[in-house]
Order: sequence, then C-alpha cells, then structure tokens
Amino acid sequence: MASPPLPASCAILSLHRLLFRRVTSLSSSPAAHTMALDAIDRTAKNIVLTVQDYSLFSYRAVMNLFHPPRYWTDFLIQSNIIGVGSIAIVLLSGFFTGGVLALQSAATLSQFGASAITGRFVSTTMIRELGPVLTGIMVAGRNASSMASELGSMVVTEQIDAMRALGVDPMRKLVTPRLFACISMLFFLTILADAFGIAGGGFVTVVMNHQNGTQYFSMAWEHLRYPDIIQGLVKPLFSGYLIATIGCFYGMKTTGGTEGVGRSTIDAVVFSSVMIIFCDFLMTQVLLTLFPPI
Amino acid sequence: MIETPSASYPDPQDSGPAQATDSSPVVAFQNVCLRFDGPPVLLDVSFSIAPRETRILLGPAGVGKSVLLKLINGLLRPDQGSILLFGQEIAAMSEERLFPLRTRTGMVFQEGALFDSLTVRDNVAYQLIQERVPDDEIDARVHQALKFVELDQTFGFYPGDLSGGMRRRVAIARALIHRPELILYDSPTGGLDPITSTTIIELVMKQRDVYRTPSILVTHRLQDAFTLCSHRFDLDQGRMVPLPKGESDPNTTFLMLEEGRMIFDGSIHELIHTENKFVREFLE
Repeated sequence: MASPPLPASCAILSLHRLLFRRVTSLSSSPAAHTMALDAIDRTAKNIVLTVQDYSLFSYRAVMNLFHPPRYWTDFLIQSNIIGVGSIAIVLLSGFFTGGVLALQSAATLSQFGASAITGRFVSTTMIRELGPVLTGIMVAGRNASSMASELGSMVVTEQIDAMRALGVDPMRKLVTPRLFACISMLFFLTILADAFGIAGGGFVTVVMNHQNGTQYFSMAWEHLRYPDIIQGLVKPLFSGYLIATIGCFYGMKTTGGTEGVGRSTIDAVVFSSVMIIFCDFLMTQVLLTLFPPI
Repeated sequence: MIETPSASYPDPQDSGPAQATDSSPVVAFQNVCLRFDGPPVLLDVSFSIAPRETRILLGPAGVGKSVLLKLINGLLRPDQGSILLFGQEIAAMSEERLFPLRTRTGMVFQEGALFDSLTVRDNVAYQLIQERVPDDEIDARVHQALKFVELDQTFGFYPGDLSGGMRRRVAIARALIHRPELILYDSPTGGLDPITSTTIIELVMKQRDVYRTPSILVTHRLQDAFTLCSHRFDLDQGRMVPLPKGESDPNTTFLMLEEGRMIFDGSIHELIHTENKFVREFLE
C-alpha cells in the first residue's frame, strides 16, 4: 500500500535539512578549508600589496616636489579648487559645531555653576580637536571624492596613458600639485573653521543662552596656550596629506570602467575619513606626550 | 577635399626625423612575453619596423594588439624579451628616461583619449605647452595641424562638442604636431562609419606618403588595411588615388596576432596566399 503524500510543510522541512547537511558537509571538508585559506591568503596579500603600492605612490608624490619639472600653475588651480571651493562647507560646519558645543557645554557646566567657562571649553575643543578633524572630514568628502573620480575617469578613458605618451609624468602633473595644494589649503581652512567655530559658540552664548559675550571671548582667548594651537595646526598637515594621497591613489589605480570609478570614489572617501580619525588619535597621543596638559 | 600639405602643414623636407637615412629598425621586438593575471597576453613576439615602413597589425578583438602598441613606447613593460625603440633598449628603462623617448613618438588612442577639460587647441598643443613654446608659435602650429586633419574650425571647441570621427582626427593632429619619428595608431577607425573611416585612412596614408613617417596601425577592419596597401596619396590632387592594378605599396606590410602569438609577418601578397588556417579564416 502506497504511503500518503507528505504535507507541503514537511516536504520543505526535509528539503531544508538536506540542504543544511549538504552545506555543513561541504564547509567541513578539506577542500572547503583549502578554499577558505586561499581566500584569506589572497586577501592578506592584496592588503600588503595595496599598502606597499600606496607607500611608493605617496613617496613619489612628495619627492617630485624636489626635482623639476614643477607645475606651479596646476598647484594654484588645485589650491583654488580645494581651498576656495571648500570655504563655504568648512565655515558652515565650523560655525554650527561651535554653536552645538556652546549649547551642550553650557547646559552641563551650569549644573556646576561654571557656565562662565563656556568660551574656554569651546575654543580649546575647536582648536585642538574638532576644527582639524571636522575640516579634514569635510574636505575629504568633497575633495578626495573629486580627486578619485577625476583621475579615475582619466584612467579609464586612457587620458593618463595619453599624457604619458606625450612625455608628461602624470604623477608630477596631476598628483603632486594636488598633494601640496591640499596640505597648504587644509591648514588655512582649519584656521577659518576654528575661528568660525568660536564665533558660532559666541553667537549661541549671547543670543540663545543670554550670557555675556565679552566674558565668553575673554575666556576663549585667555586660556589658550601655544601647545593648543600647535596641536590644532599640525593635524591638518597630516590630514591634507592623507586626503590627497588616498584620493589620488584610488583614482590612479581605477579599473573596470565607470563602475570602477564609482568604487574608487567610495573607497577614497571612506579610507581617507577613517584614516583622518585614526591619525588624529595617534597625533593626539603623541602631542599630549610632548605637551602635557597643565 | 583635403588641402595639400604644402599649404596646411610644414614642408615635407623640413620634417627631419622622418627623413632618416639610417636603415636600422625604428622598433625591434625580440621574444617579448607579457602576462597579466590570466593566460599570457603576448607570447614570444618578435618583429621590427624599418624606417619609412608602415606595419598593419591585424587580429580579432582581445588578442593583444593594443597591448603590443603600448609596449612599443613603454606604457607597459614586458615580463620577458627585448624591445628596442630608436635603438635603445626600453624593456627595463625607468619611466623618467622613457619620457624623452616618448616625445619622439606620436600615439593615436582607440577612442582619441582627448583631455576633456581642455579645448581642442590645448589638446593638440599639449606637448608644446609643456615645452613652454611661445603662444603665437603654438597657435600657428595648431592651426597647421588642424588644417591637416580638416578641422581648423574646431580650434576653440571642447572635445565634448565633437563627434567620434572628429575626436579621432583631433587625436591624429595631436600625435602629429610634434613631427614624430614613429606613429602608433590604435584602431583609429574602430566604431566609425565607412565615410569617416576612409577620411581617417586617407590621413594615415598622407602621413605615410608625404612625410614618410614609419608607423604601426592596429585594426581589425580588413577594408582599411587593403585600402592603405592599394592606394597612395597624390599630393597634386590632394587625395588618395588607387595604385595600378596588381601593385601595392611596398612599404606597407602586415602582422597578425592570434591569442598572443605573432602568426604572420609579411607583405600583402604573402598574406593573401598564406596557407595559415587562422589567417585564411580571418580574411574570409
């Protein structure tokens, strides 16, 4: 006598079990282990190769400044694009960050009767930390992406090869001017962001918290020390270096047509932003050791 | 109608490098191999380009024709073998030392590879601008080069304003403005309509017959290859004219690649009568 057909749910359940056994047997087989190890091996080698390529790339970009030909016109053009072009976003983000800092710190400090030192808190935080980091991230978002996409498009349309064929070194012509423009402009943009951050804090303190403006600005000024300023102005030099080298590196190693350009752009923004924060962490540790807080 | 070069381009007698009397090859490949990640792209490739010779590199898509062209001026490096360019070994030459050699060659890329942020004038004059040639001289030479390719009216245009065929012709003008000693054409007629293709082949022929510049032309269009062999550029008429029946240009010869191997190197006569099965299939 034939057994009655299984209900649909039982059939699906047994199919699931069968698939589960198949997958587990595959993943525990020696072949699967070898494949997994191969994948890890490939990934590790790729990472090491990328770090090596990046190191050589950035070394060449820096060293090109010390040997002719130097493309000063391209340096000025890039300074205009990176520096002048980023002023609006840097000023706005600096102003509102300073404002938020003033709002938050005043609320907390007032609990201890110390709302008078809001100015000191905002200026120190902006100059030592938030000014350089926020400016770096804003400029990375705007310019690392633009460098990666511009150079990436040039790679996939053979314009980089054409440049080389015409006897011009793309590293000297495209990368080195961007690198030094980015470093120098980020330095000045950070100063602007700091200034507008303190101004934003002052605006919130006076207009929204109804505190004394003179007190805010005198506290902001009097408690600033040279080590604070040094900390704040050394960091953008490294951030500028990271933004330009990572942006250009991903642009120049673009493969895979327009899709590849998109991938390079994303990688450039993600890696430069993460590296800015990581580098900021390391720099803060080093600078705090060199200039210990009083 | 193409203008006569005497009116639109420097006197052929002035184009010094192309008048070279030295009989040593301009380019010589010896057992060149190249591999990327997968199977070999080029395997044991040997050939040479003599002064005043035009070589037509045939082969289906993806056999390594463009790669071979990029090896000639050092844009790519071989894994093995020797490459002589103007008598100098470039296989292991540093990029810095390659730049001066590359300025002696002109290259026309597959899609033109014009710099899209620069005007036609700045594209064509790119090399001259880097050499800080005075602006007046640059303008005069750009006009000459653009007249040669019949595109003088595009002087102030951007590449985005041009059609595909016009871009290739601007790319040819850019490659020729420096009076190169060797020209590399990478599928200059690929993806173009027959009329535009003929115009471009006529320009290649004009450069070959008037200025005697050695060159290598990559193509998979047999029609272009045979037109180059069976016609010559008539300076008086300002256009190409067919050679007498049964004759072909003695300085135009063929190379053929199949899966990275050089399977044919010879004249049009040898090409037509070859017994090689792949070549025969390709021709048919």
